[in-house]
Amino acid sequence: MSLSATTAPPSPAAPPSPDLPPRQRRGRLFNRLDVKYSPYLYIAPFFLIFGVFGLYPMVRTAWMSLHDWDMIGDHSFIGFDNYTRLFSDEYFWNALVNTFGIFALSTIPQLLLALFLANLLNRTFLRAKTFFRMVIFMPNVVSVAAVAIVFGMLFQREFGLFNWLLSFVGVDPVDWDGQRWSSWFAISTMVNWRWTGYNTLILLAGMQAIPKDLYEAAAIDGASQWRQFWQITLPMLKPTFIFVVILSTIGGMQLFTEPLLFANGNILGGNQRQFQTLAMYMYEMGIQNLNTAGYGAAVAWAIFMIIVVVSLFNFLLVRRSAK
Amino acid sequence: MSVTTRRTRLAAAALAAITAIGGLAACGNDDDKPAAGEKPAKLVVDTFGEMGYDELVKQYEKDTGIKVELRKTAQLAEYRPKLVRYLATGKGAADVTALEEGILNEFKPNARNWSDLAPLVSDHSKDYLPWKWELGKAPDGRLIGLPTDVGSLAVCYRKDLFQAAGLPTERDQVSALWPDWKGFHDAGLKYKQGSGGKAFIDSITAVSNGVMFQGNGDLFYDKEDNIIADTSPAVKNAWDTATSMADISAKAQTWSPEWSGGFKQGTFAATFCPSWMLGIVSDNSGPTNKGKWDVASVPGGGGNWGGSWLAVPAQSKYPNEAAKLAEYLTNAKSQVEAFKLKGPLPTNLEALKNDAFTSYTNEYFSNAPTGKIFGESVAKIQPTHLGPKHQAVKENALEPALRAFESGQADKAKAWEQFTKDAKTQGAF
Repeated sequence: MSLSATTAPPSPAAPPSPDLPPRQRRGRLFNRLDVKYSPYLYIAPFFLIFGVFGLYPMVRTAWMSLHDWDMIGDHSFIGFDNYTRLFSDEYFWNALVNTFGIFALSTIPQLLLALFLANLLNRTFLRAKTFFRMVIFMPNVVSVAAVAIVFGMLFQREFGLFNWLLSFVGVDPVDWDGQRWSSWFAISTMVNWRWTGYNTLILLAGMQAIPKDLYEAAAIDGASQWRQFWQITLPMLKPTFIFVVILSTIGGMQLFTEPLLFANGNILGGNQRQFQTLAMYMYEMGIQNLNTAGYGAAVAWAIFMIIVVVSLFNFLLVRRSAK
Repeated sequence: MSVTTRRTRLAAAALAAITAIGGLAACGNDDDKPAAGEKPAKLVVDTFGEMGYDELVKQYEKDTGIKVELRKTAQLAEYRPKLVRYLATGKGAADVTALEEGILNEFKPNARNWSDLAPLVSDHSKDYLPWKWELGKAPDGRLIGLPTDVGSLAVCYRKDLFQAAGLPTERDQVSALWPDWKGFHDAGLKYKQGSGGKAFIDSITAVSNGVMFQGNGDLFYDKEDNIIADTSPAVKNAWDTATSMADISAKAQTWSPEWSGGFKQGTFAATFCPSWMLGIVSDNSGPTNKGKWDVASVPGGGGNWGGSWLAVPAQSKYPNEAAKLAEYLTNAKSQVEAFKLKGPLPTNLEALKNDAFTSYTNEYFSNAPTGKIFGESVAKIQPTHLGPKHQAVKENALEPALRAFESGQADKAKAWEQFTKDAKTQGAF
């Protein structure tokens, strides 16, 4: 561009002439419409699909939540009663506590581990990098039901592997799904096993995007690996980390399959609901109990609002701490 | 200015498109009802567990030229949500749908989802166990279901384990061990002593089921369907009997891996067997344990645990033919065939008298005369009135509380409190 500045500028395109034959004029009109509207056409499929499978169910759920809704019978409008009922519902709060407990137990160690692994995989001296990257992602490919069933067997009271191993160090068999702490621990283990590799790969991709010359310059200045990690990797990784945190938040708040299968398919999540998550409570109220579908819909919207709030909170927290 | 207007216009257009699609999806109803008298090419039958219809539908296809698609679901817990979805959306339900006692009750208050079978089939009101026939009717008088089977109670026990623990093994002697529930508990303690501390029964919820269905009065609901779970003497009786058995229980939750594995491993020596449970016991125990199980009578007299009906959803396009198929599958001959194949106990009076039924012996259970054992106890069944959400109260209030007590998470008083509290919310309808 700058080179051509010294030479004569190329003659501008001929201004549109009114004398053009009509066919050409129509072509130009088409061209203009194409430029203007085609992009919308290209992105339309996503919005149409989102409308049908995302927006419509959400609106419908909101509508249901304002009703006393029997799944196979009558519906009557009751306004916000379902939402006020939420506040005094002991089992809703119980499910909320369980969800946050399992979320904390799975997300925090998982992200720290993922960060550690990603940093390891990012090191230049590691051999067979592709192999390790593939292996680390493998747990995520396995179906969640299979994971939950296998872990459910490992955590069994009578014939479980973990209790068998514990017996060697003289620990009495643990009734894994009997208590709050042990059931939370078992479920978080499943989640961690499945999602650590996934988050590792995303963080690794973020790390790869950091310019290498920054590290080279730091190395020349005598910065240690550890210092490079704190001063370069972490700050530069901030946007990726925020993304991973929000993704984990959404996943954690919707936790359903693992605790359900851990309870042998019982929606209560333990005899005293010690590991019933919000999603399970929503299913219990909305689908299992035919006559409280409206209340279930209110729980669904409550989960949605909680995800929004927690994501925002995490976003602010991560952004501040990474500054 | 122009940017904002254009943006709003675009948003409006997008919203319009979305609503149009939403509307299309909602209104996509295919109202192509067949002409009257038109013969269907195919009928669909939905069953859960093992109802033994495989051979029967083949015969029906041959006789009528109508194809039958038999859709089987292994567990009721998987079956029910599917059925609810069909009813809620108004499509997808099979022409003939098996309904277990618990879910039938749940569907009764909204009986208009089901065809009235009375005008579609001949009058069978005298052909079945009278109480079973009556239970197939909704409060509005509509005949929702034709009776298939009942779950007459018995006790399945391991002969080899009994012998090792010094207990008698002959089924008559074993039955004599426990004329009542106290006798059963004593036998359990004796077994525990003789076997070096091993558990006798699978779980205390199995006991509560056994006691509850012996017809000692109303359970969670009275006859007017008011919830009385916290005051009902029958429930209290089941609760007390069940909790007293905690010391001989293996604490294996029914349907859990501990439970299914326990049959093979012999972690318990006895469990309660409604007729339909025989197939589950033999499947879980596997061929290596063939001949080690036997069947004895239940303490305290006969009872009924479970049992099903065949219904025709109102959304079926061929209610006439579907009703005829249900009639065929529940007639005396079919019920005997199904019993021989998979064990569901007949409800048809003629079938119960049939020689092929009464003389039937079960090879897996040491050739126990299951036809005779169950056939005799059927006669003694006192019908129990189950309210609309009986199943939910039993599964989501009573059993979790019993298990919480059994596993030591709650003491007896606290567990009872948990039950009565949950029964109120689970039982509301």
